[in-house]
This record gives sequence, structure tokens and C-alpha cells, in this order.
Amino acid sequence: MSKQNLIVIGNGMVGHHFLEQLAESGLADGFHVTVLGEEQHIAYDRVHLSEYFQGKSADDLAFSTSDQYAQWGFDLRLNTAATAIDREAHTLTLDSGETLPYDKLVLATGSYPFVPPIEGNDRPDCLVYRTLDDLDDIREAASRSNTGVVVGGGLLGLEAANALRELDLDTAVVEFAPRLMPVQVDEEGGDILREKIEELGVQVLTGRATQRIEEGTNARHQMVFQDDRLLETDLIVFSAGIRPRDELARDAGLSMGERGGVVIDDHCRTSDPDVLAIGEVALWNDSIFGLVGPGYQMAKAALDTLTEGERTFRGADMSTKLKLMGVDVGAIGDAHGNQNPGARFYRYTNGIAQEYRKLVVSADGKQLLGAMLVGDNSYYDTLLQYALNGLELPDNPESLILPASEGGAPALGVDALPETAGICSCHNVTKGDIVQCVHDGYASVGDVKAATKAGTGCGGCAGQLKEIVDHEMAALGMEVDNSVCEHFQHTRQELEHIIRVEDIHDFHTLLKNHGQGLGCDICKPAVASILASTWNDYVLNPEHVGLQDTNDTFLANMQKDGTFSVVPRVAGGEITPDKLITLGEVAKEFELYTKITGGQRVDLFGAKLNDLPSIWQRLVDAGFETGHAYGKALRTVKSCVGSTWCRYGVQDSVQLAIDLEHRYKGIRAPHKIKFGVSGCTRECAEAQSKDFGVIATENGWNLYVAGNGGMRPRHADLLAQDLDTDTLIRTVDRFMMLYIRTADRLQRTARWLENLEGGLEYVRQVVMEDSLGIAEDLDAQMARLINNYQCEWKTTLEDPEKLKRFRQMINDDGDDPYVVTVEEREQPRPATAEEKLERIPAVSV
Amino acid sequence: MTQQNEWTPVGSRADLVSGAGIGARVGDRQVAIFHIPELEQSLFAVDNYCPISGVNIIARGIVGDIQGEPVVATPLYKKHFSLVDGRCLEDDSHRLRTYAVRLEGDQLQLAPREQGQGAAA
Repeated sequence: MSKQNLIVIGNGMVGHHFLEQLAESGLADGFHVTVLGEEQHIAYDRVHLSEYFQGKSADDLAFSTSDQYAQWGFDLRLNTAATAIDREAHTLTLDSGETLPYDKLVLATGSYPFVPPIEGNDRPDCLVYRTLDDLDDIREAASRSNTGVVVGGGLLGLEAANALRELDLDTAVVEFAPRLMPVQVDEEGGDILREKIEELGVQVLTGRATQRIEEGTNARHQMVFQDDRLLETDLIVFSAGIRPRDELARDAGLSMGERGGVVIDDHCRTSDPDVLAIGEVALWNDSIFGLVGPGYQMAKAALDTLTEGERTFRGADMSTKLKLMGVDVGAIGDAHGNQNPGARFYRYTNGIAQEYRKLVVSADGKQLLGAMLVGDNSYYDTLLQYALNGLELPDNPESLILPASEGGAPALGVDALPETAGICSCHNVTKGDIVQCVHDGYASVGDVKAATKAGTGCGGCAGQLKEIVDHEMAALGMEVDNSVCEHFQHTRQELEHIIRVEDIHDFHTLLKNHGQGLGCDICKPAVASILASTWNDYVLNPEHVGLQDTNDTFLANMQKDGTFSVVPRVAGGEITPDKLITLGEVAKEFELYTKITGGQRVDLFGAKLNDLPSIWQRLVDAGFETGHAYGKALRTVKSCVGSTWCRYGVQDSVQLAIDLEHRYKGIRAPHKIKFGVSGCTRECAEAQSKDFGVIATENGWNLYVAGNGGMRPRHADLLAQDLDTDTLIRTVDRFMMLYIRTADRLQRTARWLENLEGGLEYVRQVVMEDSLGIAEDLDAQMARLINNYQCEWKTTLEDPEKLKRFRQMINDDGDDPYVVTVEEREQPRPATAEEKLERIPAVSV
Repeated sequence: MTQQNEWTPVGSRADLVSGAGIGARVGDRQVAIFHIPELEQSLFAVDNYCPISGVNIIARGIVGDIQGEPVVATPLYKKHFSLVDGRCLEDDSHRLRTYAVRLEGDQLQLAPREQGQGAAA
């Protein structure tokens, strides 16, 4: 059988998904596949486009590589656009003039951002937000700008506004409708959303129609509105909706919708059966589906149409859950309740916590037709399952949107869901698929993800996925084993409880009474950490020393060549010139590589084990303390200069940062803890990416918790607002203690809070309202830890016995001869394996 | 080769750290010596050189047991080496040499050990 020529026009998310499905179906051999991509980049994750401004590169966002396409046997042509389809001749003309024959054509051209026809919309630095190239343009323009305006207050508009804000522009959003996100939220929800967005320092102007854009006086442009009011700005980003990229289809005479879009049937066929369309260019049942989930479903249906499979596209659920600038917004089904006459409503508004929730239920009160959430999406999963599966509502449906303290219903357990319940809408995986997968022997979330792809799209279903897998494994009698290791049949939380309640002060006693064997490199550091978090004894006491990871043992961070890095504490990032000079002198004397850390201190690399005591003697003499960079403990409190120097600062962020750092230094926790303190809402200390983030307000401090950078960044959640300093510290004390008591080993606050039953609201009640009656106990434990603080290096230097450990060899005072450095950029660095061979001729190992 | 346990003194009882390791030099080789007081045979000695990371750091590892077998975990990549025969539990392409180790009075002594020989001393 000869191969069919298949051309896919467009290399966006949906086009790529189609190709990936084709390659994995094993049916790609039947086709000679050509892929056209207009952009210079291979398909990338447009849903997470804003992360490009948070440090992700184009490669990070890419879904694939040209090598992968080559391996699949697909001819990928980037920077290439199609200009005309000749349906009669079955040929496609490219912008290069080249003509390609096709048997089947798949249109996956997506959409383009709509720019309203306003006079002056073509002025320089009037941009759009859709592609990576657009983002590069925005970044470039922002570097020359102080202010920016986004035209359009919908989902993409707010994303664009966040991007401008992250580029340090004074940002405003102009929306034509009377509220933000008019598609997803109603007026009341819009008010709450607006408050939250404004609190982030973004100006919100609704009900504004821009008449024209002209030369500005103090900025590059001025926008003139319908009432002749003016807004000056340097940069304008249009994000006023999207339109299908349907010009090819239109020119080819395919059947089109009235307002654009290529009409398709359930098989994704256009009016010409040899031309298919998928994604945002396609119009099914008079609707465009601007979400990636339905696009993926179309891709699968189109594939089956070409390969005689059975899947079709019959519409898709358009429910959405998103986090915009840290603000949760969710819309499920008929969220406005205007598609179901007779529908009834429940509303919950909390003006203090800034939350709004609405239920739309059928006239008989039995079915959930839609829901709307602003401020807290933890209700989303349960509500979505009620709506999608037609589950009968409880007698008092309002309990589904009330906080737990007001008699709210617990979230719907996964066992209540029918097998047909859709869990992952991106990859169309049902609860039944996941259950089957576990029955087939896939015994972890990771395995099930790999097998079903569930949770690998937008990731919104990850929590439910884990619950189903755990539940199913338990149901099958497979053990969901959360014990720390083979030596203790207890979780970390249980061990913490045992140690505290039974007043245990050493590993040996714990192992004898509650464990078995000798222990290992998992349980020993975990227990060492718990003991330290409970009693805060000196970690190098004889009964503790063997429990510590290398870094804790030597109070320094071991690097790949076996040498150590040294990080003295620089509280709040504030350091005197004299101390800086000491650091420089020490680095010079001991030939250390010097680098500024992300936590506003100085890291000295390449210290030999034998040199650590002498280095620290110099540092301690100069007034430095250990920085605990080696410990699962408080690391740094990063700060901006605050009101002392900065014209925007409203509080003294440096003073607070220093106070916080000295209060919590040395406290060991399940994992490291980072703080940030910003002196105003501009947030220069990036506090919202820290475990604890404090942002100054006119009235005090806002406290954010459980943020994270790293591999899986997490925006911190706002725990409380406008706190005075004492209340702030008390709240941090209790939150930290609760985390220390209940988290798993090596679990950062972000993952802890995500996995904590009851989530943020539960924590708020425990630490701010003392709902468990343990606040006094938490406070006492914190006081004990603070009282027992010692600089571990100071203590160590005073004890010759302890110093004996800082020897590479007990019978040779020399350094390890196999540690070799070479000079690069005027500083030492570890020699590579080849360089070592050259320098140590006879390495005998 | 005959059994040539030529004992070399490397240190003293006071150098040992209970439940942890220390490094010692024998010729141009570095050896890691561990003291696990809970075990009847409480002293173990293996190469200090970690073949996975290529640096002399085995003595800094945490000791313990896996299914009853005494092991040390390499501090950089957290792989486990048996203190009895030196094999890597996760990757049998790696192995540490083991050494005979004993206390003669207060003197800590090491001796080379023929391959395949069981625990001695």
C-alpha cells in the first residue's frame, strides 16, 4: 500500500498532540507526514506561557525536539506558512512558493489575538500576547518602559497584566465590560476579583471603551476613553480575545461559521472530507473551543477519522480552574445560570477573606448545573464531579460552598465517583481507566501517570489522581506504605509525636522501643531532625553525631569534589564593609571560590575538611555565625531595603527580616525554610516564592505562606492581612511549629500545605483561632527552640574532641591529595577527571 | 599468595567515633573505618574512595543496615555499600575493597585482606 501524504498545518499544542498520538498509535507508517509551523519554535506549552517571564526558557516550555520529530519520521518545517489550498488539485502552496501534494490535510492553525479597531493601535510598542516571539517583544519594550496597560480583562488579559507586573511596570488593565473576566464570573465575583487584583498593585479600569491611542505627554502613549478621560502609558498589550486563523480555509471555499471558524462534524471533517480541522480554528456545533482539553479530544477524533478508529468529538466540558496572579478563579458548567431557565442559586461571599462562591442548581434542587469560584479553588474538584456526573446533590447543597467552620461538607471522596467520572480532561482519562490501571499492577502515581498520561496536561487533576490511586491500592489490599523506612513502621508525623510525648532525646532509645535493626541513611537524619526540632540539642553530641548527613556532621555543604562550601549568616542580607572584607580575606587565604547566593549572602567554595575549623575561627572572631546552609533549617530571610531608603517602601523590611532571621535561625525542620520580606507591594524581595513571605502594607504586614521556587514553583498563599509585628511573629511561630510537627520528611511547606487535609483554611483556624487548642503548646515549643539556640560552629570550635573529626585522615595531617583545583575566571574550580589525570600522574585507587 | 595479614597501626581507640566513620591513610590509599557498637563485630574498614563520585568520602557516610546487612551510604549519591564484602547494593559494577581491622589494646590496626575472604578479626 502506498503511503498517503498527510500535511498538518500548524505546530501548536493541539497540532503537536495530534502528531504525538499518531506516532504512538503505530499507524504513522501509513503516512508521509509533513508538519508546517509558522513560528520559529517547535510546539510549546502556551498554557504556561507566562512562566517564560518567571525564568523558564523556550526549551523548557517546548513539548518536543526536532530530533524527536525526525525519529517519528515526520518532516517538520518551522518558519513556514501555508498560503493556499487547491482542493481540486490536492495541493498546498507554501510562502516559499513551493507546492506540496496532499491526500489528507489537517488544519491546526489555532487562533490569533484580536486587536480592536482603535485609531492608533498600530503605534510602536502596541503589542499582543500570544507567542514566545510576542513575549520577547514585550520584554524588550518593557525594558524601555515604566508603565504598561493591558487592553482586555479576561483570562489572557490578566495573564498579560501579571507579565507586565513581573517586568516591574506600573500596570493597569482596561476592560470594556463592567467587570473583570466577564465570561467566567458575575458581578459579585467580579468585585472580589477586582479587589484582589488591585491589592497586587494592578490598576483596574472597567467599563472603559478606548476611542483612540495618541502621542502621550509624560509617557509614550495616551489612551483616550469614551468619556474623554485619559490614561498615559509607555506600553500597550492587546488581549481582547482570540479569533480563529481560518483564512486558508475561507479562501479554499470551505464551509465557515458566521463569525469565523471552520465548520467540522463529529469526525473533525470540514465540508471537504479530505480536509480536517482541530483546535481553536474549528467550529463544532457553532462553538469554538478555546481550551486545550477539547483541542486534544479533537486531535484524537481526527486521528481516528484518518485511521478508521472509533473516537469522535461530541463537544467538551468547558469548565476551567485557574490561578491568576495567585488568585483562584473557577467556572463550572452553566456558571452564570443563564442557560437553564428555572435554575436556582446559592451564593457565599466573604468580604474579609475575599472569597465568593456560587452554585447553580436545577429547579428541583437535585442537580448541579454550574458553579463559580473566586478566591479559593479547593471546592472545584468536588463541584466539578457533581456537575459532570449528574450526582444527586445533598439535601443542603449550600454546604458544598461553605467553609468547614460553617458546617461545610467535606470534599467528595473519590469512592463516591462513578467509574465514568472524567478525572483528566486534557487526556480524557476517567476514574475507571485509572482504577483499571491499578488493577493491572501499576502501583504508584508515577506509574499510573506514565501509563495513562493522566495529570500530565494542565496538572489540575493531580490531587484527585493520587487519591484514586491510593484508594484503589488500599481497596486491593496493596499496602500504601508511608513508613519512614524498614527500621520504623511509623510515619515521620508519628515518630515526631512519639519523641515529644515520650520525652525521647536520642535515636538509640527510639529505635530500641519503637524500631528494629541499626537504622539507615533515611531514618537517622529524619530522627536527628525531629530531635533537633523538639529539643534543639547540639547536633554533634556523641549520641547524635552518627545520625547526621555529611553536611550536618561537618557543618558545611559538601560539593561534588568532596570539598565544602562555607556560608556564614548574613541576616536579612545586611552586611558591614568590615565583614565583607573579612569574607574576602578568608577566601583569599584559603583559596576559596566566591559566589553570591540567591539568598543574599556569600558562599565560599572549595574548603578542605582540614581547613574548616581555621576558616570558622576567623569568621567567628569577626562576629559571624553559622548560616545553617548545610541543614534542613531556616536558611535566609531575603529583604529589600524598605522604607529606610526606598521611596516606595511603607515599612522597615530590613529590620523585620533581621529580627525574623535571628528569631528562627538554627531551628531544624522537615526541610529547609526560606523567608522573604518586602517593604511594599512591589515585592522586590520575591517573598511570595518563599515558605514564609511578608509584604508590608500601610497598616502592617501581609503574611504569605507555602511558596516555593525550585523544580515545582508555587505561589505563596495569603494567610492573613495587615498584621501588627507581634501578631505576625506569633502566627509564623505557630505555622512553622505545625509544619514541623506534621510534615513528611523532606517535604517543603508548599507540598505539605497542598497535601494537608483542610488546606489553608484549616491551618488558618489552627494558628489564628486556635481551633485545636494547641496554640499554647506550639508557642512553648517554639520558645524552647529559640532559647536553646547556639552557633554550632562556636560550640564546635570550643571543643577539641569535636575538632578531631575535621580530619581527612587520622594518621596524616595533610589534605586529601586527590582534591585538585584549576583556575578559571581568576578563581579556583574543581579539576575535571581529565585534568586530574594530568595533574596526579599516579592515582592509585 | 599466602595469608599475609601485615597489620599496620593507623590510630588509637580514641580516634573511633561511635556509629560513624573516620578516614586513615595506608600507603597511598585511604581507608574508611567504621565503628558500630551495636554489632558483635563492631569494626569495619573499606576503601575511602567512592567509585561513583570519584572522591575520598566514604568515611563521611551514614552507617546502618539494609535487611540486616551492615552498610554505609555514600554521602554524595546515596548508594549503599556492604561493609561486609564491599559490594554496591544498587549497582554490582561498583565494589569497595574491604580491609581487616582490629584493636590491639588501644591501637587501631589495619591489614589488607584477600578478595573473597569473609569477615575476619
